[in-house]
Amino acid sequence: MPTAKDIKRRIEDRIPDARADVEDLTGGGDHFRATVVSPAFGGRSRIEQHRMVYDVFGDEVGGPIHALSIKTQTDVEGGRATPDPDWREP
Amino acid sequence: MSDDNTQIRDAIKSAIDENRVILFMKGTPEQPACGFSARTVATLQALGTPFAAVDILPHPAIRQELSALSNWPTIPQLFVDGELVGGCDIVTEMYANGELAELVGVEQPADAPVQAAAAQPGQSPPMQIQDRP
Repeated sequence: MPTAKDIKRRIEDRIPDARADVEDLTGGGDHFRATVVSPAFGGRSRIEQHRMVYDVFGDEVGGPIHALSIKTQTDVEGGRATPDPDWREP
Repeated sequence: MSDDNTQIRDAIKSAIDENRVILFMKGTPEQPACGFSARTVATLQALGTPFAAVDILPHPAIRQELSALSNWPTIPQLFVDGELVGGCDIVTEMYANGELAELVGVEQPADAPVQAAAAQPGQSPPMQIQDRP
């Protein structure tokens, strides 16, 4: 059974510059909620962002990991990054 | 892929093509068999949109073929206009921020966002995909 820490580490290892907060919802090692912040999500649709997280686990989601609830944010959305100083209103 | 699976995949494709708003779920809208499915049903009902629903539980191949088709590992899965919208998380988020109402083409309910998973019976006929050899 993976722990929340395992899930967090695997997400952060695979998605560039990702920071993940993972919660084991039942304590049973099979229902998790992950909030993932990464600049790699920028310019991607929400579906694509969630797929990137699901892809870390492949067939395990729906198998040993019964449920993985996901919330994704780019750094800017998460309010954690400094906006690009060279950026101008188009 | 066996003939059975091909048949199931074709049935899934047709169902997605023929129903503008369609939810693949565990159980039925009247009797959801999973909290995530229940919550997604409740969200669609709160939105006030008619939707078709397919129970994926009767045969494991329904889920296999659906996930292969959609490239999405979990259930439920909502499709609008033939496109995968997402699962429970995305549907809930899009409901709360009004994107779902816009996508489906209904007015955003005044009491959004929804939190409870209170499925209301009898609002949409469940559609069954039968596994016939």
